[in-house]
Amino acid sequence: MLKFIFRRLLTLIPLLLVVSILVFLILRLGENDPAMAYLRLSQIPPTDDALATARETLGLNRPWTVQYFDWLWRTFHLDFGNSYVTGTPVLERILYYLPNTLYLAGVAFLITIVLSLPLGVMAALKKDRIPDHLTRVLAFIGVSTPNFWLGFMLVFLFSVHLGWLPPMGKGGIAHVIMPAFSLALMSLCINIRLVRASMLEQMNSRSVLYARVRGIFEKWVVGRHIFKNSMIPVITAIGMHIGEMLGGAVVVEMIFAWPGVGRFAVSSIYNRDFPVMQCFILMMTVIFVCSNLAVDIVNAWIDPRIRYEGNN
Amino acid sequence: MKVIKTILKRKLNWVALPLVVLFLVTATFAPLLAPTDPSAVDLEQKLSPPSHSHLLGTDHLGRDILSRLIWGARTSMGSVFLIINLVMITSLVVGSISGYIGGKVDSLFMRICEIFLTFPTFILAMFLIGVLGTGMINVVLAIALTHWAWYARIIRSLVLSMKNREYILAARVVGTSHWQIFVKHLAPPVLAQLVILATLDIGHMMLHVSGLSFLGLGVQPPMPEWGVMINDARQYIWTQPELIMYPGLMIFLAVLAFNILGDTFRDSLDPDILAEEA
Repeated sequence: MLKFIFRRLLTLIPLLLVVSILVFLILRLGENDPAMAYLRLSQIPPTDDALATARETLGLNRPWTVQYFDWLWRTFHLDFGNSYVTGTPVLERILYYLPNTLYLAGVAFLITIVLSLPLGVMAALKKDRIPDHLTRVLAFIGVSTPNFWLGFMLVFLFSVHLGWLPPMGKGGIAHVIMPAFSLALMSLCINIRLVRASMLEQMNSRSVLYARVRGIFEKWVVGRHIFKNSMIPVITAIGMHIGEMLGGAVVVEMIFAWPGVGRFAVSSIYNRDFPVMQCFILMMTVIFVCSNLAVDIVNAWIDPRIRYEGNN
Repeated sequence: MKVIKTILKRKLNWVALPLVVLFLVTATFAPLLAPTDPSAVDLEQKLSPPSHSHLLGTDHLGRDILSRLIWGARTSMGSVFLIINLVMITSLVVGSISGYIGGKVDSLFMRICEIFLTFPTFILAMFLIGVLGTGMINVVLAIALTHWAWYARIIRSLVLSMKNREYILAARVVGTSHWQIFVKHLAPPVLAQLVILATLDIGHMMLHVSGLSFLGLGVQPPMPEWGVMINDARQYIWTQPELIMYPGLMIFLAVLAFNILGDTFRDSLDPDILAEEA
């Protein structure tokens, strides 16, 4: 097991290095001149002199390779530079907003898991009967609803109309309900169908047939043999859901004025605030990669076959 | 004909298919169908309720909502059509070369795909737009760039599973060139699967386009687009909620219709793809 984890961690290093090169290059390949962006955001008129000075202070007149390694070195030391807008360290700002985003995504994730497991299991056990049809319709509706529209509809219903929930901002539990639900709906609906499909597949497996032949209690068969084995594809999909949620959080934060990292990132994109953009995408990618790694590890822990396959 | 039979067998499609046709027709003939110019600003008429001249009323700049909704279909369908085509062409080229030639080319291409798949898609799209700039073409490029790798991987595995089948080997033996084999024997079945996969993804891509536009990172006003319309209307949620309701409903119905229709074809997918998808 430790060997498996270690090897997976090793494969991450080159991957993240290439990711960093790509992020660095994309920002410089575009037509955007970081020095121009810097001057614009610092409200200095872009004269030739000012441009030259800005290039000098930002170190843009060095060769690309030197710039890259310098940037990478600083990044390793968690120095992401200063925001062109505020002049303060980027990391400080991102770390200030990040917990709010993780809180929002965490609640959404919890909603997804807590609701999708029972609903999916029910749909599978009552295949082609009313509960199954209902979840199918719900799933179609859920994956087709734009989260930014759902958010507004919830605000309209629960804040404007009924006055039950606060329409925006971060506060107590009441504040997180609507944003988290808007964020969760898509993953929730995908997950319900996934749990169902995976359960049905296991129901037809030989081990389950054998368990039934042995006369084991139905509850035990369902819980122990079907449910447990059907979890592997579901866990694998969690990595995908987390990726969806990181992106979705940006949208949801804009609707509910949630003080998360997404809103900060969107404004940095409007402004072409390069250091913030760089830090944001790296941070999100690392979170995404790490959650996928965690998913792999959990899967390998549940299913020894994955472990051994990887070792050979 | 077989396709139509499969579609009509599912009851949900009796709703989805007319909707899809309706949206496609609206998108194609938007200039003829829209009662007025969707970008014509008339501040005296702003936020007016439905009337004979404006069947669904007007927005905060006095623009006709109905016309904007109709033109919005054109923007949505048009951009998704472009994205799908870009994704299909890129992934077909990369995936086939990778699967058919194999070796170093294959491992290089697959590494590249892996790198693209390392990023969360929506966030990479945002980042790319930050570099490329906003506007419809850049959104199309950004979304295509964030989606092609997944398709390329699937096509590669399809080509791999097919290239050693007997009829391909037989074609090799009688001296058919690689290009001929690709065009005549490999591309048609791969393309069929690719179209099905793409249909499954249309709804998802429409959500991406309108989501980015909603954030102000996609299609730019005054171009009529449903996500932009929702963003324009957000401050009127307390007084004119229908301004948010209409464009949202359009997105929802369009995505729903394409999702239902796409789901019909899921069963006809190659098992190899289903395995890859899970």
